[in-house]
Order: sequence, then structure tokens, then C-alpha cells
Amino acid sequence: MTVTAPATDQVTGSNATLRAFLHGLPGVDKVGADARAAALGTRSIKTSSKVFAIDLAISMVDLTTLEGADTPGKVRALATKALRPDPLDPSCPAAAAVCVYPSMVADVREIVAGSTVKIASVATAFPAGQASLRVKIDDVRDAVAAGADEIDMVINRGSFLAGRYLEVFEEIVAVKEACGDARLKVIMETGELVTYDNVRRASWLSMLAGADFIKTSTGKISPAATPPVTLIMLEAVRDFLATTGRKVGVKPAGGIRTSKDAIKYLVLVNETAGDGWLDPHWFRFGASSLLNDLLLQRNKMKTGHYSGPDYVTLD
Amino acid sequence: MPTKDSATKDSARLAVRKTYKLFIGGAFPRSESGRSYVVTDAKGQFVANASQASRKDARDAVLAARGAVAKWSGATAYNRGQILYRVAEMLEGRREQFVAELRAFGVSATAATLEVDAAIDRWVWYAGWSDKVAQVVGGANPVAGPFFNISAPEPTGVVALVAPREPALLGLVSVVAPAIVTGNTVVVIASEPRPTPAITLAEVLATSDLPGGVVNILTGSPAEIAPWLASHSDVNGLDLAGIEDAQLATDLEIAAADTLKRLVRPAAVDWTADPGLSRMTPFLETKTVWHPKSFEGAKGTAY
Repeated sequence: MTVTAPATDQVTGSNATLRAFLHGLPGVDKVGADARAAALGTRSIKTSSKVFAIDLAISMVDLTTLEGADTPGKVRALATKALRPDPLDPSCPAAAAVCVYPSMVADVREIVAGSTVKIASVATAFPAGQASLRVKIDDVRDAVAAGADEIDMVINRGSFLAGRYLEVFEEIVAVKEACGDARLKVIMETGELVTYDNVRRASWLSMLAGADFIKTSTGKISPAATPPVTLIMLEAVRDFLATTGRKVGVKPAGGIRTSKDAIKYLVLVNETAGDGWLDPHWFRFGASSLLNDLLLQRNKMKTGHYSGPDYVTLD
Repeated sequence: MPTKDSATKDSARLAVRKTYKLFIGGAFPRSESGRSYVVTDAKGQFVANASQASRKDARDAVLAARGAVAKWSGATAYNRGQILYRVAEMLEGRREQFVAELRAFGVSATAATLEVDAAIDRWVWYAGWSDKVAQVVGGANPVAGPFFNISAPEPTGVVALVAPREPALLGLVSVVAPAIVTGNTVVVIASEPRPTPAITLAEVLATSDLPGGVVNILTGSPAEIAPWLASHSDVNGLDLAGIEDAQLATDLEIAAADTLKRLVRPAAVDWTADPGLSRMTPFLETKTVWHPKSFEGAKGTAY
């Protein structure tokens, strides 16, 4: 796919120009994308490559808990786990970040301050995104003030699907401004975007508006992350880097539970965006139970025998 | 059963040869490895191609068994007994098929019939134990104090079994039934030289209300698969009935000890004799609780 370098001001000047640009993006071949993602999913990753992939995947996990029943105690336990996923093995890498609601950021900070583990917070009336811009901005400021390093915002799918792209664009720009130094992950909730073409458009829209990461899902909607959707987003960040020179990260979230799935995603990353994205700074997994499965597989590779769920934490 | 004469007797029909597969999580998958091995009778004549399970099939089977633990161990003893009795009913319906399968290995008609009858009777016998074993191995303990002290048996969890090489059907039933009647779920490696009755048993189990994953049957080489089960951290018990190689048995016992598995060591067993409780109790754990006999708050009430 070739996209001519858009002069941002011209494209984002009005809803009409933005719409013309987004609808001018090449359409996604759905059958082709599905087949490509499925074909890459059959790649066999064994022995030393598997060891490497598992450790890389652990270091890319945004360990997430976004439940109404979250307590400070639960969040602290999760943060502690992010620091040392396998307490018996210091060679096990730390997770990339802990992802929580804004009210829990301070609790995470107590545990992970001074470590490599980042604090990510969802904001902007997560997960629906149905609130006024003022409320959303306050939500973001709260989270940043509490010490969040990364903000996961949701776009307004209603506006996007209604074709009010400029509204979505301006909202992301405003949130990005409220983020200050915090990196902004834009959740597109691909499960609600209906078509792959919309996924590509939403990706470009988010990146044009200043997203540091594009993220598939909130995890509250099914389907959440799928390999073909992630493939399309990886193509988008690759093309965006080629046309604008700015690199954007990708975060599939929700529904990735096994090491096998995670490794399939890593293959997608390597084959689509390239190994420049095989880095926790540019690729993340939004997950909770995935980490346990990665640890079980890591133990299997290390000890030569199968491990069991009794040997990892209950989350 | 595929036999040579099924094709020749009625040459107008093509022989419908059976594909023997594994039984994992209530489904009949082929081995992940794609391998099979030739099963022969005593004279070396071809009997069937059986799936040769790999370590990954064993892993999948353990996962299925683990997934079934909550439902099966949580079912009432009465319900488990009913389901197992239903299995016996279905076994009875397949009597002729089991006899024919055993005869294909050169077992005489009389011996095959005796073995199938004994296997069905044993299954019924174990089915009856589901709501009785707790009274025999548990109960109220006499203590010198103002409290009750009660012991109750609980299932161990996932148990790996190596079925005896012979008798293929009676031996298999004699290791599977006592493990599941108390609420365990099992992964069993069938007799390597005579696996066909095990797969027919799987077909019985699949159609008898037994939840998927409670019994998982692998065919193949115990020497290849058993070490993976013995060292698997998510397997809680191991019955080595079918391991005849003493060195292998020792290795498996050592591997099992690493993860503190409950173990039944291989021993010479007369499979036709009354088994008693010997194969049920190894995979039970005794939980003991106490409870005060009376307290002030309840005085004068009917409590």
C-alpha cells in the first residue's frame, strides 16, 4: 500500500478533507488479510527462538485489571507480579506496564516507582467513551497527576461511525495535550468498527491526531484483538512511519490468553512492521491471564517438564 | 473391527475400516504427531492401525482432565454413580463388539466372554461405591473433647494411569473406574499391544453422560508418554499398573516424587480377583474438620 504523504494541515482542516483522505486510503482485502494472518499463525517457533519469544512477550505485557471489583490490595499484588513475574527466577524479565483505572494509579505507583515497569491508566470515560470532552479531559488530567506514564483513551465510536471524523480527531488532539509527557494509547475498539476498512481509517485518524500507540480493544467487547485486525494496524504504523517519519506503537488487547497466541502476534509484528517493533516500547499485549501461561511455558522450557497452574499466582 | 474377510465375503462392498483415534476432552482427535502404529495379533497378523500419542497429546489430555475436575468432583456422589451405571449399560450393549475385539488378538471365545463380563460387572461394582466409599474410609472420629471430629475423603484431582498390557479390557476398567468413581479425572495410556478395546470403551464413554475430559484415553508407547505424565506438575496421581520394565518404573517413581504425586507402584495383580478398596483409596485425600458440640448461643434451641 502506498499512501502519499499527507500535509497534515490540509487533511485535518475540515471534516470534508479528513473524510476525503480517510476514504481515499486503499481498501482492505478482507479475505487476503484473514488468509495472511492465518498463514503467519502457522509459523513454527521452537527451542531457542521460543525461549526468546516467550521472554520478549513477557516484557511486552501490559498487566491489566479493569474490574469494578478492583481493590488497592489486588492492584498492589498485580503490580508486584509485574515487577517479578516469576519470583523464583530473577532472570525472568519484568512486565512492561500495569494497566488500571485512574483511581488505582497511586497504588501501583507505590509498588513500581523506580523500576522499569510503567504505569498505564485508562481514561476518557473508559470503556464506552460516552462522556463530554470536559469530563474526559479531567479524567486524563487526574490519571496523569496521580503518576500515570501512559494513558489509554477510547475514541468515540459513535462519532466515528457517524462519519464525524474531525470530532474524533479533535478529541484525540485535546487528550494528547492533556497527557503532557505521558504516552497516549488510542483504543479504537475494533470489535465495534464493523469493517477492516474502518480499522485502517481509525488507525490513520488516531496517528494523524498524535497517538503514540494504537490499541485494538478495551477488552470489554467481543471480538477483542484478532490477528487480522492487528495485521492491518501493523501495516498502518509501518506506512505511517514511511510517509511521515513518526513511529507509532501497536497494542492488541483482550482475548490473548496463551503463549501460542502471543507468539503468533510476534510473528505478525516481525513479518509486517519489522523487527523495529519487536520491543516493549513499540509493541504491547494488553492481557492478564496471558502472563501466567507465558510463565508456565517458560518453566517448561527451563525444566523440561510441564508445569501447572498451581505454580503461578491466582489473579 | 476391520477383518480381511469382511471384504471378501461380500465383494460388492468395500470394507469400511475403522480409524482408531485418541479420546481427549470428549472428542476423538488424531495424534498431534500424525503418527500411528500397527497393532497385530499373537501370530503377527495385522489387526488395526492405532494412533501413536505424543507428549503433546498427553499435555492436551492433562489440560482436558484438569478442566473437568471442578464439574466431576463437584457432582454429587449419587450423580456420579448414576452416570457410571449408565456407562455399564452401554458397555453391556457393546458386549459382542468387545468380545470380537479381544478374539482378534487370539483370545479364546470363552476367555474373551469371561473377560468382557468381568469388566462390565466390575464397572457396575465400582459404580455402586460412589456414595459408599465416604462411609468406609471417612467418618466421625472419637475424640476426647467437646467437639466433633469428622474425616471425609476428597478426590486428588488429575490422575495419570498406565493400563495393564493384559487383560486389555478388564485391566483398563480396573484402573479407570476406581479412579473416577471418587471424583478424580484421568489420563490413561491404554495397553500398547491391545489398544482397540480402549477406543471402543472411549466410544461408550462419549455417549454416556460422562462429562468430556473426565476420562482421556491415549494409545501408544507408555515408555514414551508416561515420563511426561510422571513429571507433569499438573498431574496429582500416578498409577503404574502397566509398567513392566522395572528400571522405567523406578525412573517414573522418581519423576513423580519431584512433584509429590500419589503413586501406585507396579505389582503383580490378579485382575480377576476382587479388588477391594486397593485402587480407590490411593487417589483420595482425607480432609478432617472439627466442629463444637454445643455453644452458649444455641442453648435451649433445637440446634
